[in-house]
Amino acid sequence: MICFACSEEQTLMKETAAKLVQGAIADAAHQMDETGRIPDDAVRKFRELGTLLAAIPEEYGGYGMGNSPIMNSIILEELAAGDMGFAIAATLPALFLMPVMDCGTDAQKARHLADFAADPDGACGTLAINEPRFRFDPYDLATTAVRKNGSYILNGTKCFVPLAETARRIMIAAALDGTNGLFIVDRNNPGLTVGAREKNLGLNSLATHPITLTDCEIPADDRLGGDAGCDYDRLLQRTWTAIAAIGTGICRASYEYAKNYAKEREQFGEAIASRQSIAFMIAEMAYEVDAMRLMTWKAASALEAGRDAQREAYLARIYAGEMAMKLTDYGVQVLGGHGYIREHPVERYYRNGRGIAILEGMAIA
Amino acid sequence: MINLETPDYLASMRSSMNNLAAGVLRPIARKYDAAEHEYPAELDMFRGMQILGRPKKKKADAPKPDGGNGKPKKGINLSTVATIEEMCWGDAGLLLSIPNAGLGNAAIAAVATDEQLERFGGKWAAMAITEPGSGSDSGSITTTARRDGGEWVLNGEKIFVTCADRCDIVVVWATVDRSAGKSGIKSFIVEKGTPGFKLEHLEHKLGIRASDTGTFVLDECRIPFDNILGSAEVKKDTEGFKGVMKTFDNTRPMVASMATGIARASLDFTREKLDESGATIDYKRNLNNVGSLEKDFYLMEAHLEAMRLLVWRAAWMADTEQFNNVEASMAKAKAGRQGTLITQKCCELLGPLGFSKEHLAEKWMRDSKIMDIFEGTGQIQHLIIARNVLEMSGKDLK
Ligand SMILES: Cc1cc2nc3c(=O)[nH]c(=O)nc-3n(C[C@H](O)[C@H](O)[C@H](O)COP(=O)(O)OP(=O)(O)OC[C@H]3O[C@@H](n4cnc5c(N)ncnc54)[C@H](O)[C@@H]3O)c2cc1C
Repeated sequence: MICFACSEEQTLMKETAAKLVQGAIADAAHQMDETGRIPDDAVRKFRELGTLLAAIPEEYGGYGMGNSPIMNSIILEELAAGDMGFAIAATLPALFLMPVMDCGTDAQKARHLADFAADPDGACGTLAINEPRFRFDPYDLATTAVRKNGSYILNGTKCFVPLAETARRIMIAAALDGTNGLFIVDRNNPGLTVGAREKNLGLNSLATHPITLTDCEIPADDRLGGDAGCDYDRLLQRTWTAIAAIGTGICRASYEYAKNYAKEREQFGEAIASRQSIAFMIAEMAYEVDAMRLMTWKAASALEAGRDAQREAYLARIYAGEMAMKLTDYGVQVLGGHGYIREHPVERYYRNGRGIAILEGMAIA
Repeated sequence: MINLETPDYLASMRSSMNNLAAGVLRPIARKYDAAEHEYPAELDMFRGMQILGRPKKKKADAPKPDGGNGKPKKGINLSTVATIEEMCWGDAGLLLSIPNAGLGNAAIAAVATDEQLERFGGKWAAMAITEPGSGSDSGSITTTARRDGGEWVLNGEKIFVTCADRCDIVVVWATVDRSAGKSGIKSFIVEKGTPGFKLEHLEHKLGIRASDTGTFVLDECRIPFDNILGSAEVKKDTEGFKGVMKTFDNTRPMVASMATGIARASLDFTREKLDESGATIDYKRNLNNVGSLEKDFYLMEAHLEAMRLLVWRAAWMADTEQFNNVEASMAKAKAGRQGTLITQKCCELLGPLGFSKEHLAEKWMRDSKIMDIFEGTGQIQHLIIARNVLEMSGKDLK
């Protein structure tokens, strides 16, 4: 039956994630953004919750409790309300392992899922979809894979690959004979070069890297799903839902900060919130954040039902992309000149918010 | 547990309501836009269907929480807003003209006594709050009700009353004690034909022309004492006024759903033309790589989805007996404004087809505009939301 409220279990997880963020991230987020470092401790605390292990089937060393895109969306919103980079870093193994769980061959599952289950804190994998070019589109990849005997040869350039430097394996999205596939490349493959850490508009706490593939040869067995390939649509649906959840978290944080500020800041003898031009921005932020969340949950509900979520996930993502910019802009405007100063988080939300419409494949629901 | 999948019963209800709207309302939409104020006799088939404001069941026949059959209760508010969306996809002006489905019916359903339900439950009830000097500030009305023995005597002028001509009874807001401010405001049922109760004139409007909007004058109009809805007592606090305002928590999601239905009609028509022109709408391509029409279309569809979800949430909360005052205003604020923007934009995308009366798109643009005005303007909804989330009083946030 249709339901707009969290179950006890969902509320508990939401509160747990919120508490973790409150304790380990909230006060550190500014410093994380300035120094470009996410505290290992915070990531470890999140991993200890075992959300990913819970989703991995028992035969591969997990708890076999099933995967819930709705729960994943709830968690991502909470983490991103603390810091977008943290949300991506903390949940990163899922970005590599979920596609394996969804479409991997038995051998691929046995290898990668079991590897992770054996050492959940160890370096795992990451995902490379984005390409540094005008008119980039995940359905129109310039990176190519060509079959050659028992191998695939990959060529192309990727960017914004989270934690590529320390990953053990990188899953590469590449075009193959008019379709799109995913290819698992070892970090040490001589055809793969990880470039220097990128400097970007936002997402500064997270190390992201460019990758170059030059006649990079991998065994044909390392194509995700083997000869059958993978369900690329579903991967995008899940990552779009995730980025919408992250956008919701960022906007919520901006909304809450602006709301509290507007009540305290006085000009012309009264709180700036007493003026409608400020109050109405706050009101709009309130219902648009809710709308973003509902759109995310709508897409996640379709995914959870095992249904094709192309429409819902696409709409949730483009809505989040639009709103992330509009609302984080409001957040800065409510603070005026103070909003432009980096000590206040709203400028960071504004920079990170720009990423929601742009970045592909940074997290998975 | 969060689950926003549309339940099967709702999906099939939506599709049968859509058939009804397509078969009955759409074909006569233009006719009654042109024939302003003429009663759409075709709507007689809906009499008794009670789409808005189902009369409250008497306490004794109140439904069991589980619907009495062990199955989970299907929410009335959610079914209502879903029905309204479909009907307004057919035609909003006609939906507002459906017999016995006035806003007054919603108010009566919410607060009437069993005895009042007996007398008025089956009648078509309009709602008269607005006055020439009192619109958004509904607490400032000046129509008076004076007690005289076993009767009330009403004096004043009410404007913009929906269904003014066609209704049987009117729920009139009047003050019994002007010095008491909002606490003095009560609602009264005035029957058509009561001496001193006169329909002055009907308005000519931008849109929803099928709906008859009119002005009433009350001049020493006498009604029985028992025609007061709720208690006659004037309390010190404003609880009573808050009580009458609570009707809006149910009706605002309905109006928001009307906006959703009209916007969807515009989008569906635009989609049809896009498809005919060879555009592909497959929810795949990056917005940078689609044409500007397709990009506008996708974004409007996303907004439409957001409107519907906010409406459904507010309705679901009412069904699960949660206080939904802010959520109702959120749905209305979003859908009222966005529906206006979507219907405007669709006309733009349609080009000449969006300006010609050969098609309904221009009509939808006119119809939609009212959804950001009545039942509280968009600005008033923003005020309600802002005061709530900022926890500020009306005094601190004017
Ligand atoms: C077709 C139609 C049908 C209607 N049906 C009914 C009906 O059945 N029953 C009924 O009682 N009424 C009905 N109304 C009246 C409707 O509810 C009012 O028109 C509406 O509430 C606005 O009041 P107003 O027109 O006096 O505008 P005003 O209150 O004068 O508002 C003018 C502008 O000022 C803004 N404004 C006002 N106060 C504030 C504030 N505090 N802060 C910021 N902005 C503000 C408003 O948003 C608006 O933009 C109907 C109106 C129409 C046009």
